Amino acid sequence: MLQQLEGSRAIAQGIALCKPEVVCAYPITPQTHIVEALAEMVRTGELANCEFINVESEFAALSVAIGASAAGARSYTATASQGLLYMCEAVYNAAGLGLPIVMTIGNRAIGAPINIWNDHSDSMAMRDAGWIQLYAETNQEALDLHIQAFKLAEALSCPVMVCVDGFILTHAYERIEIPDKRDVDAFLPPYDPVQVLDCNDPVSIGAMVGPEAFAEVKYLQHRKQLRALELIPEIAAAFSARFKRDSGGLVKPYRLEGAETIVVALGSMNGTIKDVIDEMRSEGHAMGSIAIVSFRPFPLDEVRAALVGAKRIVILEKSLSVGLGGPLSDGVRKSLSGTGIKGHTVIAGLGGRAITRKSLMALFVKAEKDELELLDFLDLDRDIVNGQLEREKETRRSGPVAENVLKSIGTVASRIA
Amino acid sequence: MSLQPIKFYQTGTFTVGNRLLDESRRTVQANMRRTNSLNSGHRACQGCGEALGARYAIDAAMQATGSRLIAANATGCLEVFSTPYPETSWQIPWMHSLFGNAASVATGIAAALKVKGRQDVRVIAQGGDGGTTDIGFACLSGMFERNDDVLYICYDNEAYMNTGVQRSSATPPAARTATTPAAGAHPGNIFGTGKNVPLIAMAHRIPYVATASVANLHDLEAKVKKAMAIHGARYIHIHVPCPLGWGSHPSDTLKVARLAVESGLFPLFEAEHGEITTSLPLRKKAPVEAYLKLQKRFSHLFGEKPDRDTIAMIQAIADRNIEKFGLDSP
Amino acid sequence: MFQVRIHGRGGQGVVTGAEMLSVAAFLEGKHSQAFPSFGSERMGAPVVAFCRISDHEIRLREPVMEPDALIVQDPTLLHQVDLFSGLSKSGFILVNSGKSFAELGLESLLHTYPINRLATLPATEIALKHIGRPLPNSALLGGFSALSGEIGIDALLQAIGDKFRGKTGMDNKDAANAAFHLVQEKMHHAATA
Repeated sequence: MLQQLEGSRAIAQGIALCKPEVVCAYPITPQTHIVEALAEMVRTGELANCEFINVESEFAALSVAIGASAAGARSYTATASQGLLYMCEAVYNAAGLGLPIVMTIGNRAIGAPINIWNDHSDSMAMRDAGWIQLYAETNQEALDLHIQAFKLAEALSCPVMVCVDGFILTHAYERIEIPDKRDVDAFLPPYDPVQVLDCNDPVSIGAMVGPEAFAEVKYLQHRKQLRALELIPEIAAAFSARFKRDSGGLVKPYRLEGAETIVVALGSMNGTIKDVIDEMRSEGHAMGSIAIVSFRPFPLDEVRAALVGAKRIVILEKSLSVGLGGPLSDGVRKSLSGTGIKGHTVIAGLGGRAITRKSLMALFVKAEKDELELLDFLDLDRDIVNGQLEREKETRRSGPVAENVLKSIGTVASRIA
Repeated sequence: MSLQPIKFYQTGTFTVGNRLLDESRRTVQANMRRTNSLNSGHRACQGCGEALGARYAIDAAMQATGSRLIAANATGCLEVFSTPYPETSWQIPWMHSLFGNAASVATGIAAALKVKGRQDVRVIAQGGDGGTTDIGFACLSGMFERNDDVLYICYDNEAYMNTGVQRSSATPPAARTATTPAAGAHPGNIFGTGKNVPLIAMAHRIPYVATASVANLHDLEAKVKKAMAIHGARYIHIHVPCPLGWGSHPSDTLKVARLAVESGLFPLFEAEHGEITTSLPLRKKAPVEAYLKLQKRFSHLFGEKPDRDTIAMIQAIADRNIEKFGLDSP
Repeated sequence: MFQVRIHGRGGQGVVTGAEMLSVAAFLEGKHSQAFPSFGSERMGAPVVAFCRISDHEIRLREPVMEPDALIVQDPTLLHQVDLFSGLSKSGFILVNSGKSFAELGLESLLHTYPINRLATLPATEIALKHIGRPLPNSALLGGFSALSGEIGIDALLQAIGDKFRGKTGMDNKDAANAAFHLVQEKMHHAATA
């Protein structure tokens, strides 16, 4: 049924349709509306046969999901930013134990400085943990990806995080098709565990593994993700067949025919990018883009196939690998290995700064003229930056950086974007 | 001349393995059909109090639940010596996740069982003092606060033993550990620090809290069985000597544990919903010196110039316990 | 695509207003998107919310930089925040106030923008009268419907009823209706004057 509702609510409804048995969460902006909606559904009985547990920290949240999943229950939790880092140990643990937990990340920047707005630094911090990472472009896709995530996780015995841009998607009202219960039931069978804590068939889970076997266990983890490269398109295709719309997959190309400059990005900014590409195409620019949905496993072959005809690539990143550049770029560049195609990393949207059509257009024009650096920062206020650098040069005790920069900006509330 | 009554020691005594007692008064360990859930072949040190305590506790729980039990274990000695890959000595469904989350993992398992309509299967979380009183404290408190249907058992050997005997918040004052060395003006662990988790558990007003010792098997088993008859959050804190970390002789483990109880340093009591319901009076009292002398971790208090002041301070702690918990026999 | 920007302060229902507007557009079969400019939640702090309405799928995710319509829920923001930034030359402006634009010190606006696209509306007073609370969002949306014709009053009333149940719903709908008719009248007078 088509509805106009908040992204978080739609995601919650999607999750409820997947019939999770244990839901636990600790509140953190911007995921709160998702778990609040689930709590309400459990109370009213709309989501039946589900234990909702209010935990005392994110570390506890994922730990509860770990126990529940090991005992054979379909388990779900959600977090963001600081919360994801706080449960970091459990994130690696869940992947290492092969538990098919699904977790929503309401993408949010990581402090210091504390920041509640959207960027990808949180999920990026966990990119090597062994979880599958899927990035949603719209709230429809966010809902759909959760349904696909449970199927994928349980098929592989591997946890999946679905990344949804905080505020931009989670708090936006838009038109979303809420799937029919019977379709979801047909698409997603009950959880059939590969390992389970069962009195009739006791096993010990969580052994200590030394040098004699650790490498083999990790290799099998890696192979599992490579298997996901095949399974993700299969599941997306099955989804499309049943629900009559395309959602997910590995990579989504946009107007690549004859594109000389191709933009690569994750998540919601792909919507804005498409609008800019349409405008530039109408003016004769040979522009195209790809949205990467599956960031882990990274679809090297698919990305290469999509980009190989271009003259240059612009990789828009909502995260900064401090001291190096962009984590998305690592994978993109690797996929272009040997092609000689130039990739430009542009860090944009950090801490929730709006990525505007105007700025993107100017950026892409610059790219076409080959005037971009290998690493650039979109809309960076060089005056403020230089001001702080001057301050630091003048005196040793120049004070906290964040506070100094804020002072330079002046009243924050008067800005629109 | 009146006849001397003859006492046959084997009958009627409460020694651990006594099978000449009426079956209802025998220990679980004396039963040939005990589950032996922590089977032999594990890699614990000779004389390990924790291995003993875990076997006693889990077997008692298995009997009480008709062998319907799942355990979540924190990282630590027990987890490490019981599951040396590729072997395991556990005969029950058992899970090890992380150091600080045993209580949360158990909460999750209990939730899963509830949702599947299998609340007849019970859940135990277990860990050492490090994983319970320090790094696992937040998760423990959360489990208590929600009154989740989990029995948490802490095997307290008073330091982080598996990593090399470092101080925890359960380490007693004056004890030497690798991070509270017997050096300087105040050798050993500092007075005035430390956490009493049984009392903190009581402050959460959970249905059942108890302390127990490997020195008193009947008492330990009774407490575990009682706990398993109750639903909701429960906590049992078991004192388990560690010959390696305490510097006691492996054959002295039970003796040391007994002296800890008899000195008053480790009171045995039960509490329900925040109020103490029973405390085991001391039939025999021992001075703390008798207990401390058997352990090298306190050896700096003895020798040519015994540290009488510190020993007196420890005795004062014991005396305060005896008074507070009413351990003096009536 | 029609873009609306709503300015107000935390606690005045700015975000809810944008959401209801998007639902009204949805009920008329259009695509719409509503979202706030996210600040730390705090009563009284300046808040902006956005709503886009289109016949096609809306892919854009930036804040509304070039609004086609501006709704100002709190006139105390008028000379503090650059509310009119990016407003289209043929834009609609609706200000929550019983005063005229001249009385508000916004005379210059009357020269820049088409006069039949500007209106002030005592939405807070209307809200107090019908709802009993100073929450002007429903009334302002009613006024907006009359001023711009971008959404119909029926769809708006249904959207309000979906958001607020029971008596609160009825009261908010009354406020919206009252404001709708008031603005309609004002415009009629202005046109025939």
